[in-house]
Amino acid sequence: MRRFSWFNATSLTLGFAFLYVPMIILVVYSFNESRLVTVWAGFSTRWYGELLRDQAFLDAAWVTVRVAFVSSTIATVLGTMAAYVLVRGGKFMGRTLFSGMIYAPLVMPEVITGLSLLLLFISIGLDRGIFTIILAHTTFSMCYVSVVVSSRLVSFDRSVEEAALDLGCTPFDAFRSVTLPLIAPAVIAGWLLAFTLSLDDLVIASFTAGPSATTLPIKIFSSVRMGVSPEINALSTILIGIVTVGVVTASLVSKRRIVQRERDEKMAGQTA
Amino acid sequence: MNIGRHTLIGVPYLWLLLLFLVPFGIIFKISLSDIALAIPPYTPSLDLSEGWPGVRDFLRQLDFENYVFLTEDALYWKAYLSSLKIATISTFLALCVGYPIAYAMARAASEWRPTLMMLVILPFWTSFLIRVYAWIGILSTEGYLNQLLLWLGIITDPLQIMNTPTAVYIGIVYTYLPFMILPIYATLERMDDSLLEAAEDLGCSRLSAFWIITFPLSRSGIIAGCFLVFIPAIGEFVIPSLLGGSGTLMIGKVLWEEFFSNRDWPVASAVAIVLLLILVIPIILFQKNQEKTQEADA
Amino acid sequence: MTSAAVAGPAEFAPWKDPAQTPLIRFEGVTKRFGDFTAIDNVDLTIYRKEFFALLGPSGCGKTTLMRMLAGFETASEGRITIGGQDMNGIPPNRREVNMMFQSYALFPHLSVWDNIAFGLKRSAMPKDQIPDRVHEMLRLTRLEQFARRKPHQISGGQRQRVALARALAKAPKLLLLDEPLGALDAKLRQQTQFELMDIQEKTETTFVIVTHDQEEAMTVASRVAVMNDGKVIQVDTPARIYETPNSVYVADFIGDVNLIEGNVALKPDGLASLAWAEGAPEIIATAGEGLKDGARAGFVIRPEKVAISAERPEDRNNVVRGRILDIAYLGNISTYHVELPGGQVIKAQTVNNRRLSRRGFTWQDEVWLSWTDTAGLVLAG
Ligand SMILES: Nc1ncnc2c1ncn2[C@@H]1O[C@H](COP(=O)(O)OP(=O)(O)O)[C@@H](O)[C@H]1O
Ligand SMILES: [Mg+2]
Repeated sequence: MRRFSWFNATSLTLGFAFLYVPMIILVVYSFNESRLVTVWAGFSTRWYGELLRDQAFLDAAWVTVRVAFVSSTIATVLGTMAAYVLVRGGKFMGRTLFSGMIYAPLVMPEVITGLSLLLLFISIGLDRGIFTIILAHTTFSMCYVSVVVSSRLVSFDRSVEEAALDLGCTPFDAFRSVTLPLIAPAVIAGWLLAFTLSLDDLVIASFTAGPSATTLPIKIFSSVRMGVSPEINALSTILIGIVTVGVVTASLVSKRRIVQRERDEKMAGQTA
Repeated sequence: MNIGRHTLIGVPYLWLLLLFLVPFGIIFKISLSDIALAIPPYTPSLDLSEGWPGVRDFLRQLDFENYVFLTEDALYWKAYLSSLKIATISTFLALCVGYPIAYAMARAASEWRPTLMMLVILPFWTSFLIRVYAWIGILSTEGYLNQLLLWLGIITDPLQIMNTPTAVYIGIVYTYLPFMILPIYATLERMDDSLLEAAEDLGCSRLSAFWIITFPLSRSGIIAGCFLVFIPAIGEFVIPSLLGGSGTLMIGKVLWEEFFSNRDWPVASAVAIVLLLILVIPIILFQKNQEKTQEADA
Repeated sequence: MTSAAVAGPAEFAPWKDPAQTPLIRFEGVTKRFGDFTAIDNVDLTIYRKEFFALLGPSGCGKTTLMRMLAGFETASEGRITIGGQDMNGIPPNRREVNMMFQSYALFPHLSVWDNIAFGLKRSAMPKDQIPDRVHEMLRLTRLEQFARRKPHQISGGQRQRVALARALAKAPKLLLLDEPLGALDAKLRQQTQFELMDIQEKTETTFVIVTHDQEEAMTVASRVAVMNDGKVIQVDTPARIYETPNSVYVADFIGDVNLIEGNVALKPDGLASLAWAEGAPEIIATAGEGLKDGARAGFVIRPEKVAISAERPEDRNNVVRGRILDIAYLGNISTYHVELPGGQVIKAQTVNNRRLSRRGFTWQDEVWLSWTDTAGLVLAG
C-alpha cells in the first residue's frame, strides 16, 4: 500500500517546476521580437532566421556533429570491447589497472582531462583540430559506454553464451549471434550517451580544439559570456526540441515493448 | 591464448594507456618544471638524443617549486577551500530538494513512475551549457525573477543574485539534481512497503516511521547521490564562470585562467595534481559505498 | 458446569457457550478496491485464546481480512469490533493487535535484538524492563545466540522466529500471522507448526493465522474459516470441517474427496438419495444443509470410507462395480482408482497393515466398491 499524500503531490509539482520552468522561459523568449531578451515585445521568429544566416554558428554546428558522430562510434566499439573484457574476460595481466582506467574518467574533473590531453598532444607534436577533439571525446566517452554495456552484460547469465559454444559456435560467432543481440539495447544507449556527451562538451573541447576548430559549445560559451542573447535562445529551443522528441520517442518505444512483452507472457501463460 | 582475445583486450587497453595514463604522467612532469618564455612555455624538455646524461640532466631540473608556490599564494588555497565549501553547500541543498522529489516519485502509482523517471532524465540529455545559460536570464538584475518580485511588490530594489555564490548554488543544484534524485529513488523504490506497515503495527506514527525506517534504509542512495553531486561540483568550471562572475572563486576556474590567461602551464599542472589528490578521498568513499550496496543486494 | 469440571479438563470451545462474548466480531463487512469486491458481506466471530485459521485459495481475500484487523485497510461497509470496541478510524499504531507479515518485514538495518525491542520502545513499558522482555522473547523463540545479528545473517527459519518474537513482544490481545510458514521447507514447516501451537498456548494470545495450506490449518487451528471469492463459506473445528463440510466446495478444498453429481430426492431420517446415472442404483447418503428436493446436488465421500472387495458385499445399500485403473502405493496406504461403467473414476483407500504379500488386487481387476449410508454426504451445489 503506497500512500500518495498532498505533501508528495506538492513536492513533485514544485520539483518539476524547478526543473522545467527555466527551460520553458528560454523557449518562450526565443520567440521574442526584442533584442533585449528579458523584455517581451511581441511574437516573432526573427532570431531563428538570424541564427540560420549566421555562418559561424552553422560551421560550428557542423564540426560538432561530425566530431560527435565519429567519436561516439569509435567509443562504442572500444567501450563494448572493454565491457566484454571486464565482465567476461577472466584474468589477465594488468586487469586492475584496466578497470581503474575505465572508471577514473567518469569522476575526473573535465578541466584535468582536458589539460592532460592538451599537454599530451603538444608534447608529441600533434596539430590540434577536429582530429584531436575526436581523440579526446572518444577517450572519455568510451568509459561511459563501457559502464552502460557492462551493466547489461552482468545482468544476463553467462550460460547462454556457453550454450552457443556447446552448440558449435566459435567464440566470435557466439558473441555475434548471441551476446550482441542481447546487449544491443545497451550498446545503442551507450552510443546515444557518447553522442550527447560529445555534443555537450565545452571544457575538454576548449583545451583540445586549438584555434582551427570551433565547436558549438565553444561558440555558445563565448557568446554567452557577453550575456543573454536572443540567437542563443533560439538555438537552445532547437536543441531542447530535438532532445525532447528523442527522449519521448525512446520512452514510448520502450514502454510499448514492455507492454507487448507482458501481453506475450500472459498469452504464453494461458496456453501453457 | 589467441589473437582474438589479445586484440579484444589490447586495443582498448592501449588506447586508455596512451590517452589517459600517459597524459597524467605528462601533467605530473610539467608540474615539476619551470615556466619559460618558449614554446611549449616550460623547461626542461626531455631530449632523448643526448642519451643518459640528457635524462639525468632533465631529472635534476625537476623540483616541487610550483607546489610550494601554491601554498604561498593565498589565492590557491582559498580557491580550494571555497570549492569545497561551495560543493558541500550545493550538495546539501540538492539533497534537500531532491529527496522529497525522489520520495514522491517512489510513492506515485506504478504506472506513473516510468513517466516521472523520464521527466527527471530528460534535462540530463539537454545541453548542460544551455541549462546553465537559462539561469542567466532568470537571475540577472533585469532578469525574470527580479521582474516578478518587483511586480509582486515583495522587493523594491532588484536583488543582486547573479555573480554571487548563491547563483552558483542554484546552478549546481539545478544541473546536478537528476544525479541526486535517481539513486535515492532507486533505493526507495526497492524498499519493501511492509516494513513501514510493520513499524506502524508496532506503534510508530507515520512521521516517526519515516525517520526510523525509510530514511536510514535509503542511506546508500543518499550517499551515492551526494557524491555524484559533490565530486563533479568541486572541479566545476562552467557554472562558476557563467553564474559566479568574479565574486566566486573555484579551483576549476583558477586552473582555466592559469592556463589560458597566464599561460603558466607548470602552475596549472600543479593545481590539477592537487585537485586530484583532494578528490581521491571522496572517490574512494563513494566506491566503498557502492561496493557495500552491491554486497547487500547480493 | 461442575459436572464438566469433574469429568476432566474442559474442552476448549467458547463458540458453543452463549455466555462467552467474542473478542472479534465482523458484522456484514465488505471491502471493495475500486469496483472489485475483495471481501463480500462477511460475518465472523473469534473468541479469546482461539487459534483461528483463515483458509482459502490464493486471492480469496484472506490477507485483506487480516489487514482490516491490523488497521491497514478500512471496511467499505459493516463493522469490526475488537473487545467490544468499534475499530473504525483507529490507526494501526494504536491497536493492541500485532501482525507477523508474510514477508516477515524485518528491519534490515536493525539487529535481531533491536527488531524485537522495536515495539516495546514505543509502548508504555518502562525502559529498564525492555531488556528483560526482549530476553524472554528470545528464549521463547530460541534465538538467544542470534540477538546481535542482522536479519540477513540468519537463516529463513530463524527470521521467521524473529518476526514472531517481534510481534509477540508487546503481548498483544491479538496476533495476526499472514502465511507465517510460507517461506519454509516442508520439514521445518511441520516442526514450526508445533512450535507455534506451543507458543500460543504458553502466551495465551489469540492467534489468527492465514494459510492456503489445508493441512497446516487442520494441524494448528481450534477453528477454521474456509473462504472463497471474498466470502466465508464455513467456520468450524477442523474435524467437523473434514467430516461434515457444508458444501461441495469445502469438501473438495479440504483433503481428498470423490464427487458424484446428480438429482436429489429427500428421504426421512436425514437421508437423501441421488440419481446419478441411467440404470445405476441411487446412492443413499446423509443429507447436507439447505438441500432442495429435485435439485442438482453432489455426493461427496472420502476415499478412506469407500470399501473395496472382490465379492459383492451383502449388507450395504450402496454398491457399485468397476475396474481398477490405477494403484497408488503410498507405503502406509494404497489408493485404488476404479472406473465405473459410466466412465466416472472413484478413489478407494485401504490401509496396508499387512505386508505386500497379500495385496489382493491388481490392474484391470473387476472389483466391488461399497459404503454405508452415513459414510458420505449429499450437498447442495
Ligand atoms: N490494495 C489493493 N488494491 C486493489 N486490489 C487489491 C488490493 N489488495 C488486494 N487486492 C485484491 O483483493 C483480492 C484478495 O487479495 P488478498 O487478500 O491479498 O488475497 P489472499 O491473501 O487470500 O491471497 C485479490 O484479488 C487482490 O488482487
Ligand atoms: Mg495473502
